[in-house]
Amino acid sequence: MGDAVWVLGASMTRFGRYPDLDSVDLAAQACMDALADGGTTIHDMDVLAAGSLFQPPGMGQRVQKQIGQTGIPVYNVTNACATGATALRLVYMAIKAGEAQMGLAFGVEQMGKMGLLRGGSKEEANVYEPSGRHGAVTAVDGILGTETMPGVFAQAGMEYAYENEGVGFEQFARVAFKNHQHSTLNPLAQYRKEFTMEEIMSSPVQSYPNTLLMCCPTGDGAAAAILVSEERLRSLPIDVRKRAVKISASVLTSDPWVESGQVQPDVNTLTRNAAAQAYEAAGVGPEDLDLVELHDCFATAELIHYDNLGLCERGGAGEFIDSGGPFRDGRTPVNVSGGLISKGHPIGATGVANVYEVTTHLRGEAGDRQIKGARVGLAHVIGLGSACGIHILEKSAA
Amino acid sequence: MIDENTDGTDVAVKVPTNVPIVDYLILGDDPHLVANECKECGARYFDRRNACARCGKVEFVSARVSNEATLRSFSVVHRAAPGIPVPYVSAIVQTDDGTSVRANVVGLNDPMKVELGMRVRLTTYGCGTDDIGTECMAFGYVAA
Repeated sequence: MGDAVWVLGASMTRFGRYPDLDSVDLAAQACMDALADGGTTIHDMDVLAAGSLFQPPGMGQRVQKQIGQTGIPVYNVTNACATGATALRLVYMAIKAGEAQMGLAFGVEQMGKMGLLRGGSKEEANVYEPSGRHGAVTAVDGILGTETMPGVFAQAGMEYAYENEGVGFEQFARVAFKNHQHSTLNPLAQYRKEFTMEEIMSSPVQSYPNTLLMCCPTGDGAAAAILVSEERLRSLPIDVRKRAVKISASVLTSDPWVESGQVQPDVNTLTRNAAAQAYEAAGVGPEDLDLVELHDCFATAELIHYDNLGLCERGGAGEFIDSGGPFRDGRTPVNVSGGLISKGHPIGATGVANVYEVTTHLRGEAGDRQIKGARVGLAHVIGLGSACGIHILEKSAA
Repeated sequence: MIDENTDGTDVAVKVPTNVPIVDYLILGDDPHLVANECKECGARYFDRRNACARCGKVEFVSARVSNEATLRSFSVVHRAAPGIPVPYVSAIVQTDDGTSVRANVVGLNDPMKVELGMRVRLTTYGCGTDDIGTECMAFGYVAA
């Protein structure tokens, strides 16, 4: 005890579409709200980490110009869909290292209607010439399998279905049913509409088994968090202190080598490794979690992460969803925010927004969607390539 | 196309009638895939590596990859970038010598006939022609 890092303030914009604002506006709004939430200003911050994936460079400095140029070190972070979690962890590490007492991490993305991610357009070459690391003479997406995100994650889910009993189209669809249902209680979600299983299963197939309603949307949004050292926290007023939430584990992993990794991203091994490290660091197990926000970019992804995070028996993800385990009234509520599928997934913001979500429940401030009595929660993101970030948060007394 | 003989004189080079879509596909009478295989641990790579991502050793040999495989995962892709014909079946297969390959499953009347665990075999087919008449040869897998 004594050297923990705490979340002092947190905020997120509603996820959605903001054609009249830019990413700097969105990030600045989340930062101002998080600073106010923690009873602080930018002048209290010793470090700033800015996460974004598709925005122009220098996001952190551009936001400083909106909220206060105090000369502190700024780190601009990009790490695929784990960008936000990486920014958060960077501030965490700066405080752990004793270089900062208080810091601001934010994530932002403005995607508009980007549509399908990845998968090159097919352009017929005039004269075939080998290029790139595989000497390809033409774009291979759609010829040598798929490079699209709904397809890659469909394959990740179908491999699990191949290896385990009781997993199929219906189990994947039920994940989306749950997250759409959960989102109706979250005023910050991009979509807040419940759908029937029939509607989900009969919506247009993107990449079987992922239908449209089983895929996250593109969107705009930002989230921010203020982290503080335990020492500094103790010097703060009681009303600020009692809302602080302890970070019991902050972990970032990348892919170890696996045989199939060169043709199909392995989202499992690094998540399992991150989970093991996080549970060890926090001294808790999956059975202790009151809620989990995990990376449901597609319904197929959420299902396999039940297993990767140890929320169910090994191989038991199908049974877990069928028995209602991850529903908000189930054994371990998963994505009570609506998840990426319905809350939305402005990529850089996601890894901070799920920490905001867990923090809000642990503070007992989540309104209609509050998980009653929540004391321990886990936030997970994964970026292909790959990077996995896990944070375990606990309600505790400083 | 013009090349140069060893004695410095120009010589016309026969334009190939087809080219492989990627350099790890070997065409000819016996089409197959090749991989760079780590001499130490046997890990295989379809591209060049500075050191083995598994064991860190730096010596590689060229290895033929088995044409026979088992389908471990698939997706029937209905939405793709403009110009790519849909639906198609993307798959991850594992060859009988243990190498994972990503490719399409071809030759099915109905894409939904694809099955997890099905036995498949490598095949090649033309997937386009350039302005000088060279055909691009792709590989895929058919039900065995």
